[in-house]
Amino acid sequence: MLATSPAFKENAAHAMADAGLQKALARTRPQFPAKRAAAVANLPEFEQLRDIGKGIKDHTLAHLDFYLETFAANVERAGGQVHWCSTADDARAAVLGICERVGARTVTKGKSMISEELGINQHLEAHGIVPVETDLGEYILQLRHEPPSHIIAPAFHLNREDWEESFRKSHTDLPADRVFHERRDILTEARTRLREKFLAADVGITGANFLIAETGTSVIVTNEGNGDLTQTLPRVHIVLASIEKTVPTLEDTISLLRLLARSATGQDFSVYTTFSTGPRRAEDVDGPEEYHVILLDNGRSAMVGTEFQPMLRCIRCAACINHCPVYGTVGGHSYGWVYPGPMGSVLTPSLIGVDQAGQLPNASTFCGKCESVCPMKIPLPNMMRHWREREFERHLGPQGMRTGLSVWAWFARRPAMYRLATRVAMAGLGLLGRRRGKFSSLPLAGGWTEGRDLPATEGHTFFARYAREQRAGRA
Amino acid sequence: MSKDAMLGAIRRGLRRGPLPRDQVLGLQARLAAHPRHLIPGRSRVARPEQIALFIRNVEKEFGSVVRVPSPAAVPGAVADYLAAQNLPPSFAMAPHPELQALPWDERPLLQRREGKAVASDQVTVQHGFAGVAETGTLMLPGGPRRPTTLNLLAETEIVVLRASRIVGAYEEAFDLLRAELAEPAGGMLPRNVMLVTGPSRSADIESTLELGAHGPRRLHVVLIDDDDAARA
Ligand code: SF4
Repeated sequence: MLATSPAFKENAAHAMADAGLQKALARTRPQFPAKRAAAVANLPEFEQLRDIGKGIKDHTLAHLDFYLETFAANVERAGGQVHWCSTADDARAAVLGICERVGARTVTKGKSMISEELGINQHLEAHGIVPVETDLGEYILQLRHEPPSHIIAPAFHLNREDWEESFRKSHTDLPADRVFHERRDILTEARTRLREKFLAADVGITGANFLIAETGTSVIVTNEGNGDLTQTLPRVHIVLASIEKTVPTLEDTISLLRLLARSATGQDFSVYTTFSTGPRRAEDVDGPEEYHVILLDNGRSAMVGTEFQPMLRCIRCAACINHCPVYGTVGGHSYGWVYPGPMGSVLTPSLIGVDQAGQLPNASTFCGKCESVCPMKIPLPNMMRHWREREFERHLGPQGMRTGLSVWAWFARRPAMYRLATRVAMAGLGLLGRRRGKFSSLPLAGGWTEGRDLPATEGHTFFARYAREQRAGRA
Repeated sequence: MSKDAMLGAIRRGLRRGPLPRDQVLGLQARLAAHPRHLIPGRSRVARPEQIALFIRNVEKEFGSVVRVPSPAAVPGAVADYLAAQNLPPSFAMAPHPELQALPWDERPLLQRREGKAVASDQVTVQHGFAGVAETGTLMLPGGPRRPTTLNLLAETEIVVLRASRIVGAYEEAFDLLRAELAEPAGGMLPRNVMLVTGPSRSADIESTLELGAHGPRRLHVVLIDDDDAARA
């Protein structure tokens, strides 16, 4: 997938002026946090489970070579094949090779962020193979030639009118004057259309939420059942998974599953959690005859042992995205690549380079909400800071930002001076800002205000206000 | 070769070579012992409450449950359900001995075909391997006696489950799976194991929940009360 991350600022400005997107954001923004909070409140052990989940992933990453080899050996024992792929090119070639060998004409696909990372659809199309997205949200995005805007709710940015318009334009064999009375009618049309595709497909491609070393098993978690149809009906099942999906045992997987749905959609458990181990056995009456796992690195092994290793604990629940005020304002497309929100701001520079995605770690208010809801306790704000430092060191930031940051850093190491200086500055800014309500540029903070406007202060510093409110609270 | 490159890069990141033998043995021992972690307290309750929790959770997830006193009552319960839902009295059924042994002939209007599901099936009857009270989840391992397509292709799936097969936590269901299906197969899991919690759904259209996305729109559990300790 081609990144438009370098244009984050322009993308964000565009997003904020997009009425349809803002309507969708307003509808969705409150939903996920409320559902998650209810699910978490219902499980008193949730906090302990977060520590356990983190521990499982840390243990796995510290022995990732062992667990990957064990996983691969067990897949092969069950009759499946593992394709080790260092790069996106390797993975694309492996998938195409399998499809061409079995003479595939159509390929159904379950939802997979790795597939977006690889741009597998374009690659297959270029070689005369028709890929069909089967997750409802991904399906409409494919019809509209749009990328997903969220990792678990890919088409949340669309409104009903968009669905109806796209279906009318694409399903031209159906009566043009048919009426969509309710959402259900849209769903039914998609269900019928995709059912034909499921039955006709030669190859099914899914992602994986987990790879279990102990048993050589891939796990997918869905609500629609499209992933299951994708991996059950065609003759060949290809799993696209990155190396950090590995987990040692079934028990480890279960502990992570207790965190996943609650953090993601606020369900206690998703509808379908499916464990696949190898191809159809001699006695089986259904299931694929071939089972392949594309084991993708694509920059992840280079994160091991660095300050970004904790990001490899991510289970792609999207809680950080759903609670992010920046994402909630600009939506997913602004981030310009596969992974949006806080997790994307950390992961994207690692995977496509800080020169491409260096702006993303700046797209943060450092409110810390993402880390506080992350089931894997990933220190997202800290890692965004690491990226900013690296970007700074590499002199990729604009001149004004470098100077601003070093002055800021000097003060930040001297808290008393910082408080004094900011008090003076804030008083001045308060006076200035009263004229326009906000600043679009600030002396020494050009790098910061270039990306967003800083709300005008009320003429007090945060520290002063915090101290005042603390005193008021105690009184 | 990619494999060596990937493993090499990981080891460089971890600042070590391949793991020494004693550490490998330690990790292999962890795999063999597959220790459990914390199990939430919600399912650690007396047997009757466990069954009640299972039922509550299935219903919370938009499934339905009917309790019957004995296996002999299952065909009647299936016929009643299909009639109540205005569904045709015909279905594809899992060729499982427990289902085959039911007195279907007492309900001559019910037409059943054994085997996997096909696209035209409207109703399927599946054999429940285990139920997990924790979240109202059914464990449905695929195989010749429990075809996976039965869980996917029809609009209505009926699962016949014995109350004695309801456990509290997922870990207990996986213990049953290991002991009864994996160990006899040399430690290999069945090709496919589905954990199913309620009927298929999607919230992709305007973040609003709709049932019946690609899988069944209705999930109905016929629960056989075969567990004396479970009767409240
Ligand atoms: S970073 Fe944490 S909260 Fe965000 S998607 Fe990953 S696991 Fe979920």
